[in-house]
Amino acid sequence: MTHTFYIAMSYAVTAIVILCLIAWTWLDGRARRQELAELEASGIRRRSAQPTGDAG
Amino acid sequence: MTDSLAISKFSDLANPTRFLALAARILPFMAAATAILFAIGLYLSFTTEGDYQQGLTVRIMYVHVPSAWLSMMCYTVMAVSAIGTLVWRHPLADVSHKAAAPLGAAFTLIALATGSLWGRPMWGTWWVWDARLTSVFVLFLMYLGLIALNRAMDDPSRAARVSAVLILVGFVNIPIIKFSVDWWNTLHQPASVIRMGGPTIDREFLWPLLVMAIAFTLLFFTLHVMAMRNEIWRRRVAAQRRMAARLAGREA
Repeated sequence: MTHTFYIAMSYAVTAIVILCLIAWTWLDGRARRQELAELEASGIRRRSAQPTGDAG
Repeated sequence: MTDSLAISKFSDLANPTRFLALAARILPFMAAATAILFAIGLYLSFTTEGDYQQGLTVRIMYVHVPSAWLSMMCYTVMAVSAIGTLVWRHPLADVSHKAAAPLGAAFTLIALATGSLWGRPMWGTWWVWDARLTSVFVLFLMYLGLIALNRAMDDPSRAARVSAVLILVGFVNIPIIKFSVDWWNTLHQPASVIRMGGPTIDREFLWPLLVMAIAFTLLFFTLHVMAMRNEIWRRRVAAQRRMAARLAGREA
C-alpha cells in the first residue's frame, strides 16, 4: 500500500470520529431542549422559574 | 479589587443558570474560531513539504500529535474537576468531568488509530506493546470505565464522587504516558516539541502542527462547554419529571 493510503486513512478516521462527536453532542442538546420545552408546555417549570403567585 | 472581582466572577459560574447564559454567548465565537483555525491548519498541513526520510507520511503527525496531546489534557481537565467535586463541592465540577470523559475517549481513539496507521509504513508494524502505546491504551480503557461508571449509577452526585476518586487515582498514568519514552526503551520516538532545550522539529512542520494543536484544543473546549450544557439540561429534565410525578401523586 502506498503512503497516500495511510495518510488518507488517518485523515478519514479523524474526520469520522470528530464529525460523529460533533453530531452526537449537537443531537443530544437538541433532544434535551425539546424535552424541556415539552415539560414547560405541560405546565411543569423549575421552582425558580415559577411566578411568585404559584408558589403556594 | 480586581482579585475580588475575578473571584466573584468565577463563583458566579458555579450557578448553572449563569453558566448556561455565558455558554450561549461564547459558543458561536468558539465554534467560528475553531472552524477558521481548522481551515488554516489543514491548508498548511497539505501545502508543507514532506520529510526527507518519512516522505509525506509526516502529514499524519498533524492529526496524531494534537489528538494525543488532547487525550492527556482532557484527563487533566477531568482531574482538576474531580478536585472541584471532592474539595469544593463545586456544582459544575461533577458536570465537567462527566461531560469530558466521552470527548477524551474519542481523542484517545483518534491518537491510537492514526498512530497505528503511521506505524505501519514507518515501523513496519501496526502495533507493539511498548510503554508509550500500552500506557495510552490503558488511558483509553480508563475513559471507557469512567463513562460506564457514570452511566451505571442513577444518583448523579454519588456517581460524581465515586468517579472523582477514580479519576484522581488514574491520574498517575498521565506522567507515565508523558515520560514513558524517556524512562523505557520504546519504539515510539521521544518528545520533539515540548522538551527541555526547545523543539527539535523543523519549522516547516512546527507551524502546521501548532495551528492544528490550537484548533483541536479549541474544538475540545467548544464541545466540552456544549456537553456540559447538555448535562445541565439532562439534570433539569430529570428534576422536573420527578417534580411532575410528585405533583401527580399528590393530586391522585
